[in-house]
Amino acid sequence: MDASIKKQLEKTACKIRMGVIEGVYNAKSGHPGGSLSICDVLTYLYFAKLNVDPKNPKMPERDRVVLSKGHCAPALYSALAERGFFDANELKSLRHIGAMLQGHPDMKGTPGVDMSTGSLGQGISAACGMALGGKFSSAPYKVYAILGDGEIEEGQVWEAAMFAAHNKLDNLVAIVDNNGLQIDGKITDVCSPMPITDKFEAFGWHIITMNAHDFDDIERAFDEAEKINGKPIMIVQTSTKGKGVSFMENQVSWHGSAPNAEQYAQAMDELKKTLESLEG
Amino acid sequence: MADVIKKATRESYGEALAELSSKYEDLIVLDADLAAATKTGIFKKACPERFVDCGIAEANMMGVAAGLSTTGKKVFASSFAMFAAGRAYEIIRNSIGYPHLNVNIGATHAGISVGEDGATHQCNEDIALMRTIPGMTIINPADDVEAKAAVEAAININGPVYLRFGRLAVPVFNDKETYKFEVGKGVLLKDGTDVTIISTGLMVNEARIAAETLAAEGISARVINMHTIKPLDKDIICKAAKETGVIVTAEEHSVIGGLGSAVAEVITEC
Repeated sequence: MDASIKKQLEKTACKIRMGVIEGVYNAKSGHPGGSLSICDVLTYLYFAKLNVDPKNPKMPERDRVVLSKGHCAPALYSALAERGFFDANELKSLRHIGAMLQGHPDMKGTPGVDMSTGSLGQGISAACGMALGGKFSSAPYKVYAILGDGEIEEGQVWEAAMFAAHNKLDNLVAIVDNNGLQIDGKITDVCSPMPITDKFEAFGWHIITMNAHDFDDIERAFDEAEKINGKPIMIVQTSTKGKGVSFMENQVSWHGSAPNAEQYAQAMDELKKTLESLEG
Repeated sequence: MADVIKKATRESYGEALAELSSKYEDLIVLDADLAAATKTGIFKKACPERFVDCGIAEANMMGVAAGLSTTGKKVFASSFAMFAAGRAYEIIRNSIGYPHLNVNIGATHAGISVGEDGATHQCNEDIALMRTIPGMTIINPADDVEAKAAVEAAININGPVYLRFGRLAVPVFNDKETYKFEVGKGVLLKDGTDVTIISTGLMVNEARIAAETLAAEGISARVINMHTIKPLDKDIICKAAKETGVIVTAEEHSVIGGLGSAVAEVITEC
């Protein structure tokens, strides 16, 4: 990847992380850990990959994104705001009564949200339906679905995995965010879904692995996905829960809790320094 | 009525889908390995390229239906009532109901008349489950003519629709030439002054028979076919309550949460 483009994406990802912290802090609840682990892939999608138009969010030929791990809505909202789908000030009223930004994504109320999600395991099925719709219409769009590694413990995910492979949905790219933690602890301690790659491969998917926080590697993975025919594509990204905020990294306690004022200040300070170093 | 034609409404469902396939080019039918029983196999035969078998995976099927509908397709997702409304309830609630998507759920083998399959398959809870989902239309047709009309009506309803069909062959009492289906409008089949029987689905013909039996005993029974359970025709219920004083409901469903509950809820507000 061109160095200047890479630096620009890193800056954008940092801004999206700041939006996550802003949103969750103001909401006094939410899921910062898993939101921070998907900021880079969302940045790549919305700023280097997707055919979307913030002025025409329902454009029929657009690429679709389904955030199957819907609790990480703060990251999606921050990315959408950064991309211009709505004003970034909306992030400050995340989860507030009457506000546009619901605790989990609402396709009817938020521009740019392609599917209402939040109940784990359901988004991937809807993404399969969108991909199938594209096949029926011979439409060139692609569907990207982002799942949690804990989420794939849901049986519905495997029904969808079977369906996608059987129907040769090569216009479907799923990303499993393998940060290794779910709300009750390590995924390997709770009810291990490992090995993730082998399982999806056995279900008939093309498997790609990537470093979730390296844009060169992200680009390599999505470029490879473009070349696959006849199979759905699974990108398993190795990520760090809480990425970018030192005290949140790899801490399961930050799965679903909001920072207090002091922690908010520290998190924003760290991210500002990261941004300054990128701009310097 | 010398030769009463009998037909299962699930058969009507499959035939209607096949008949409508050329009129609605975006019509896509999903099933979960029950096409022979739900009769979507009739559509599959007529239009194989727009039939998708999702396998024995009802939860995923409902999610696929949701996603397909967002791309502008007119979708029917089919299974037995127990597995459509029961097993996949939460997917219907969150992936179809919450975003108010245009998904039509064709649920066959509803009620106790599934019979020999036994208790695991006798779905007497689906109306109750579907009624609680905001924006869900629920249609439980009584015969072949009504079932076919309901299928086309469902295609043109904005938002999710739950269509409830039976396994058993039942008499076709509506006249195809004159019948007009109106969503949300109960049908007065027989006027009466002493009691009103409000019935739905396969119980409608039973209600007609009951009214004849009552007539022989000198009791004048009004018979209403409530093919749409949600939205419910409040006017016809309140009118019947005021004019006949007694209402009996007849449905193949638990009275808890079903037509019985729905009618009782309306009467408290008449």
